[in-house]
Amino acid sequence: MDYFTQQLINGLVLGSIYGLIAIGYTMVYGIVGMINFAHGDIFMIGGFIALITFLILVSFGLTAVPVILLVVLLASMAITALYGWTVERIAYRPLRHSFRLAPMLSAIGMSFVLTNYSQVAQGARVKPIPPLITGGYTLHESADGFVIQLSNIQILVVTTTIVLLLIFNRLVLRTRLGRDMRACEQDQTMAALLGVNVDRTISMTFVIGAALAAVAGLMYLLYYGQVDFNMGFVAGIKAFTAAVLGGIGSLPGAVLGGLAIGLIETFWSAYFSVEYKDVAAFSILIIVLIFMPTGLLGRPEVEKV
Amino acid sequence: MTALSQETVSATRTAAGIPFILKKAFLSALVALLLFSLMIGIRTEAGPDGQLTYWTRFGELASIVGIVFGGSILIELLRQWIGPVGAEKLVPPAVHRGMSILGNYLAPALLIFTLLVPVIFYNQRYILDLAILVLTYVMLGWGLNVVVGLAGLLDLGYVAFYAVGAYSYALLATNFGWSFWICLPLAGILAAMWGVMLGFPVLRLRGDYLAIVTLAFGEIIRLVIINWQSLTGGPNGVTGIPRPTLFGIPLDNSDDGLAAKLGIEYSPTHRIVFLFYLILALALLTNWVTIRLRRLPIGRAWEALREDEVACRALGINTTTTKLTAFATGALFGGFAGAFFATRQGFISPESFTFQESALVLAIVVLGGMGSQLGVALAALAMIGGFELFRGLEIYRMLVFGWAMVLIMIWRPRGLIGHRAPTVYLKKAQAISSDLVKEGHG
Repeated sequence: MDYFTQQLINGLVLGSIYGLIAIGYTMVYGIVGMINFAHGDIFMIGGFIALITFLILVSFGLTAVPVILLVVLLASMAITALYGWTVERIAYRPLRHSFRLAPMLSAIGMSFVLTNYSQVAQGARVKPIPPLITGGYTLHESADGFVIQLSNIQILVVTTTIVLLLIFNRLVLRTRLGRDMRACEQDQTMAALLGVNVDRTISMTFVIGAALAAVAGLMYLLYYGQVDFNMGFVAGIKAFTAAVLGGIGSLPGAVLGGLAIGLIETFWSAYFSVEYKDVAAFSILIIVLIFMPTGLLGRPEVEKV
Repeated sequence: MTALSQETVSATRTAAGIPFILKKAFLSALVALLLFSLMIGIRTEAGPDGQLTYWTRFGELASIVGIVFGGSILIELLRQWIGPVGAEKLVPPAVHRGMSILGNYLAPALLIFTLLVPVIFYNQRYILDLAILVLTYVMLGWGLNVVVGLAGLLDLGYVAFYAVGAYSYALLATNFGWSFWICLPLAGILAAMWGVMLGFPVLRLRGDYLAIVTLAFGEIIRLVIINWQSLTGGPNGVTGIPRPTLFGIPLDNSDDGLAAKLGIEYSPTHRIVFLFYLILALALLTNWVTIRLRRLPIGRAWEALREDEVACRALGINTTTTKLTAFATGALFGGFAGAFFATRQGFISPESFTFQESALVLAIVVLGGMGSQLGVALAALAMIGGFELFRGLEIYRMLVFGWAMVLIMIWRPRGLIGHRAPTVYLKKAQAISSDLVKEGHG
C-alpha cells in the first residue's frame, strides 16, 4: 500500500509535466486542426533556456532560490514563446490554406530542425544541474522501514500545473483573446468576417502553448535535474496522447489526460517492466482512439460533408 | 486560397520603400537576437566532475544576427523586384510546353540510364552503393505511395513494415538457414500481415488521428525489437545475415561460386552489381504492380476512397477491404525492401528503423507528388542524393534535411510533379492537376 501511494505521487508529478505540454497541443489542434509536431521540441528548447538562464544567474552569485526561480521562469517563458511564434510564422502560416499533408510535413521538418539546432548549439551530451529545491516531507513510515516521501519539488510541480491551468482556462473563457480563439475554432472565415484577427489569434495560440511548454521544460529540469537535446520527441508524443485522451480542444481535459498518462506509465514501470513503459503509453493511445475518439472531456466531432 | 489570405498578400505588396525594408530587417534581426541569445551566445558543457560550465560565443551570435539582417533585406528586395513568386511567372509557357513533351520521354530515358548504371560506373563502388541506396528509397517510396498517394491513408509508421521485413529475413535466414529466395516472399507476407493487423484497429480513424496511430505503431515495433533481446538481439541487432545467392549459386570466390562456374576472375563488384539489379527488379515489380492495380477495381476504389470516403460508401464500395488491401499492399513492398536491406547490410539493428526513416519516405512521396510514380523516383533521387552531399557535415545533416522539408513544402506543397495521367479516360488522356486531387480524409 505504501509503495502504491508513493507511485501515485510520482505518477501525478510526471503527469503534471505531460499535462503542461499537452495544453499546447490541444490549443493548436483545437484552432488550426493540426498536430504541431514541433511542440515536443519547443518543450526541449524551454528546458535548455531554463538551464542556461539558471547557470548565468548562479555564476553571478545569486543564491536566493525564489528570485532565481522567478527569473528563470520568466526568461524561459518569454524566449520559448518567441520560438513558438517564429515556428508558426516560418513553417505554418505560409501553409495555412494549403492541402492538409503539407503543414504536417513542414511541422515534422521543423521538429528535426529544432532537435538538431539544439544539438549543434549545445552539444549532444546530457546537461545536469545540481538540485535547486531540496527537502520535503515524510508522510508515513511503515514498520518495515518503507517511507512515503513528498518532496518540495513535487509539490511545486503539481501546484504550478494546477495554478497555470486555472489561469489559462480563465483566459480562454473570459478574455477577448480567448473569445477570439473560440471563434476561430468554430469557423475561421466567419470569425474573420466578424472582425477577429485570425492571424494574430493563431499566433497567440502558438505563443501561449510554447510558454506553457517552457514551464514544463523548467519543471522537468528541476525534477530530473537534467536536459538533453533528444528529450522532445517521446515527451511530445506522450503529451499528444494525453491531449487526445483528455479530449482534444479541452484545457482541463489535457491536464486530466496528462495525469492519466503519467499514472499509467508510473504504475506500469513499478509493477510490470520499465522497458515496456513507452509501449504501454503508445498502446493506450491506440486503444483510446479506437474506442473513445473524442476522449474523456471532448465533444463529439461533427462530420462535415 | 481564400479571400482572407489574398488580402494579406496585397497588403504586403503595396508596402514598399527603403524605410520599410530596413524596418522589417531590423525587426527580424531583433527576433533572431532574442532567439539565439542564450542557445547560441552561451555554450554549456558538463565538466569532468559533472559540474556544468559555460562560456560565451558572442562572435557567432553576432554573425548569425548579421546574416539574418542581411538575408532579410535581400529577400525583401527580391520579393519587390520579382513580385509574388508564381510558377507561371518564373517559367515561360513555351518552356513549360517543352518540359511536358520532355516529360513523356523522361521516364523511359531514366529507366534505360538506370539499367546501364552498373556498366557506366562499373569501377566506382561509391556510386554503385549510392545508386542501390537511392533505389531502395525509390522502392519504399513507391510502396508507401500505394497507401498515401493512392488510398489517401496517412501512414507515419511505414518504417515498421520495413523493419518487420528486415527482421523476418534476418531471423529466418540466420536461425533456419533458409535461402534468400524463400525468405523474401515470407518477409513480404509477414509484413503484409502486420499491415492488416495495423489496418484493423485503425479502420475507423481518419486524417491526423490515423497519422499519429501509425506513428505510435512504428514506435511500438521499434521498442519491442529493442527490448525483446532473446529473439532480436536487442540494441546489438542481428549479425551474420547471409548474402543473397543467384538461385543457390553464391557470389563469392569459392570453388562453387558464380565466378568460378563462369570461368571468369572473381571481383567483389559482381555482388554489388547483382544487388543493384536485384533492388531494381524489386522496385520495378512494385511499380508494375501499382500501375496494374490502379486499373483494377481495387485501385479505383483506393482512389475513390482518397477523394471522398462518404461518397465511396454511398456507392457501395466496401471501405474496410479497400483500406486493408491498401495497407497490406504497401506493407508487402515495405517487407520486400526490408529483406533486401538486411541482405545488403549483412547486419541490422533497431537504429535503422527510426521515425526519421518514416518521415524521409513520406517526404519522398509528398515531394514527388502524391500518386505520381515518376515524381516519387525523382524525389528519391533528389532527397537521397542531396542528403549524401552533406555526409561530411554529419551533425548539420539533419538540420539541413529539416529545413529542406519545411522550405520544399512552402515552395511546392503539391510536390514536384503536380500533374498526373488519369486512370480512365475517354479517347484522349488529359493530365489532371494535383490541385484537383483531394488530400484524402480516410
